[in-house]
Amino acid sequence: MVSTGSTTDWTYAPAPESRGIVDIKSSYGLFVNGEFVDGTGKSFKTISPSTEEVLAEVAEASEADVDAAVKAARRAYTRVWSRMPGSERAKYLYRIARIIQERGRELAVLESLDNGKPIKESRDVDIPVVAAHFFYYAGWADKLEYALPHSMGSGADQQPLGVAAQVIPWNFPLLMLAWKIAPALAAGNTVVLKPAETTPLTALLFAEICQQADLPPGVVNIVTGAGATGQALVTHPDVDKVAFTGSTAVGRAIAKSVAGTDKRVTLELGGKAANIVFDDAPIDQAVEGIVTGIFFNQGHVCCAGSRLLVQESIADDLLERLKRRMATLRVGDPLDKNTDVGAINSAAQLARIRELSDIGDAEGAERWSAPCDLPTKGFWFPPTVFTGVSQAHRIAREEIFGPVLSVLTFRTPHEAVEKANNTPYGLSAGVWTDKGSRILWMANQLRAGVVWANTFNKFDPTSPFGGYKESGYGREGGRHGLEGYLT
Amino acid sequence: MKRPLVGWNLSTPSEPAPAGCSLFTRQPYAGSVTTSAQTGAQAGASFDDVTSSDSSLRRFLHGLPGVDQVGCEARAAGLGTRSIKTTAKAHAIDLAIRMVDLTTLEGQDTHGKVRALANKAMRPDPADPSCPATAAVCVYPDMVATARQTLGVLGDSGGPAVKVAAVATAFPSGRAALDIKLADTRDAVEAGADEIDMVIDRGAFLSGHYLQVYDEIVAVREACARPDGGAAHLKVIFETGELQTYDNVRRASWLAMMAGAHFIKTSTGKVQPAATLPVTLVMLEAVRDFREQTGQMVGVKPAGGIKTTKDAIKYLVTVNETAGPDWLDPDWFRFGASTLLNDLLMQRTKMTTGRYSGPDYFTLD
Repeated sequence: MVSTGSTTDWTYAPAPESRGIVDIKSSYGLFVNGEFVDGTGKSFKTISPSTEEVLAEVAEASEADVDAAVKAARRAYTRVWSRMPGSERAKYLYRIARIIQERGRELAVLESLDNGKPIKESRDVDIPVVAAHFFYYAGWADKLEYALPHSMGSGADQQPLGVAAQVIPWNFPLLMLAWKIAPALAAGNTVVLKPAETTPLTALLFAEICQQADLPPGVVNIVTGAGATGQALVTHPDVDKVAFTGSTAVGRAIAKSVAGTDKRVTLELGGKAANIVFDDAPIDQAVEGIVTGIFFNQGHVCCAGSRLLVQESIADDLLERLKRRMATLRVGDPLDKNTDVGAINSAAQLARIRELSDIGDAEGAERWSAPCDLPTKGFWFPPTVFTGVSQAHRIAREEIFGPVLSVLTFRTPHEAVEKANNTPYGLSAGVWTDKGSRILWMANQLRAGVVWANTFNKFDPTSPFGGYKESGYGREGGRHGLEGYLT
Repeated sequence: MKRPLVGWNLSTPSEPAPAGCSLFTRQPYAGSVTTSAQTGAQAGASFDDVTSSDSSLRRFLHGLPGVDQVGCEARAAGLGTRSIKTTAKAHAIDLAIRMVDLTTLEGQDTHGKVRALANKAMRPDPADPSCPATAAVCVYPDMVATARQTLGVLGDSGGPAVKVAAVATAFPSGRAALDIKLADTRDAVEAGADEIDMVIDRGAFLSGHYLQVYDEIVAVREACARPDGGAAHLKVIFETGELQTYDNVRRASWLAMMAGAHFIKTSTGKVQPAATLPVTLVMLEAVRDFREQTGQMVGVKPAGGIKTTKDAIKYLVTVNETAGPDWLDPDWFRFGASTLLNDLLMQRTKMTTGRYSGPDYFTLD
């Protein structure tokens, strides 16, 4: 025996990222025509969902404010941005990308504060992918004649659309901004963007970055606000393009409101992705993939693998392994570098998750939550799995948008495909098997925009992303992402 | 197949996991596992069918779930991002020191060098008596007697009980006849080795002669027996740098565990790459699954290439979050290392004094 007594109790000490790196002002105006201006409307508070502490007061853009922003965007479009050679536009985008990298830590801390997501994710996923998007689309700005299939190498001039109205969700605030703004600007459009009302702060810091990069005034305008602001923006008559990411219900309302106009629309909406695990899957990595699929970003991911379809012959073993792994997830302070699962973004979202989980109980599914001490303040939900779920259960059909996994079983590949496709959504899917041929076959059968094989929730600017059916239309990312911003 | 107890002190069955999402709660299934000799013997018996022929052994090993390389490496990298600070770091450093098999395996080794190493193992930081001893010194068989003499007979001097580990079986290549490997082993045991680090026949493994590898491990284990009825503990080195794939690492792990290894070890340190975090992760998954199935715990020893405290802590995090806290003990996890110890000592001094000392303040061997 060694001399020191055996002590196996090893607790990780708190490892908080410093909050001091970011300056949060007490109040923010709107970013219009390259300047921060006071709104003419009311204001609202944005809070940190992990503590319910008020972070800042933010202007709620009125119809008049939105109009001013669209006018600024139009002016910048006709006078500056659409006339500028692509190679010059690229310089601004590269500059923005570099500033994002330089201020990455600041952006990551602010994102975690305002959104509730763990710093590990904002630092290692959100912000690096944001910078990567700007770098990627910067490269396209002077190569647009190769962007569309019919124009490939023809030398045909690709024209931007004009002013893009962009409305983004709260789950990846800065990343969704990048998905929207980077291709729009590369293609020569100007934008008016409305961040979600619960997560406006990184968009406003991005506005500062636009100033720092000397981006011509009016090319990027940020209007904060809630549903009414968004409505005013997408219905504004001088908008040429509407791009929305968010819930299917709002997406449907937007589609209705722009119907009959000549506005181009792309919608990236909800999902209820199947993560399909076959009996020959690499089991330990499949467990990791299931965890990444549903607990990444607290499950606030439109492409989350929220339905686990597992082959019956390995279901018990897989679930034991999954639960054991879930028990090691660290839920808590988003700024702690060792936190795996952060706070639910808002009280409203928490209520929705609770409601659907209670419905799961009532429908007879069996609930298991990882044993956690949840903080008393803020909005929290433990990582949860429902077993004994059938296709008829609401928790198998509706998007919960939280850390809640529904487990179903299948016996044959055909049954897996049938169940996976039996949903109004079609955004993403995952396949876990050691058989390459089965991966290819499954990918052809699955009606989902993205099919991941032996991985899940991987994002790359070069890869197009978008859905089937109620998950929306249009593609973002990759060369395809330019199609929505060119004519 | 009858197997005696594994390890020195079998952990007691753990209590039910306390509430709390921390990583440090016992794994929920560990509670249902009993590590008793009886269970072990029964479990051992269950592998008789598997090891009865080359073909059944191959079927079993190839029937183990595959390892996806990308996913495995991503998981290891993710575990490597844990931020271990202040009290957690201090605890980890002392734990890591206690887990070091302080190693010298050079042709140029002298008795003087081994004596120095053994002294260092007992008192790694002569200026600080609170610094724990390492787990063992690891030497070639001809140096066992010297190490033994310096360290004293285990426990009788009242000093720290540092074990003597000897590499054997024609280390590092293993390219010798079986009787020579067994003689090598017996020689080291007779000279007083507490632990034998054997190498597997990688050639046989890679050509699919799994039963040959299995039989060799069983034979070496028998050669570890001491006349007094005890036995040296057996660590089985895979040389994962030569096995190349994670699937092979998982198969080798099960093969060695079924053959009665007390520890499974990554590398000799003579082949690059030596220990890596993903390889160790796969081995930790194997010992975890083996206990699930048989109730028996097997130790894991990454060796070679772990040079810094930062690296060592990544391994400890991986142990903690994969096999579980039961393995956070020198009886179940070791580092095969030489230079690592000085970095651990330097960091330890930094933790207590707040200052870094230069390398000259730590002994070279």
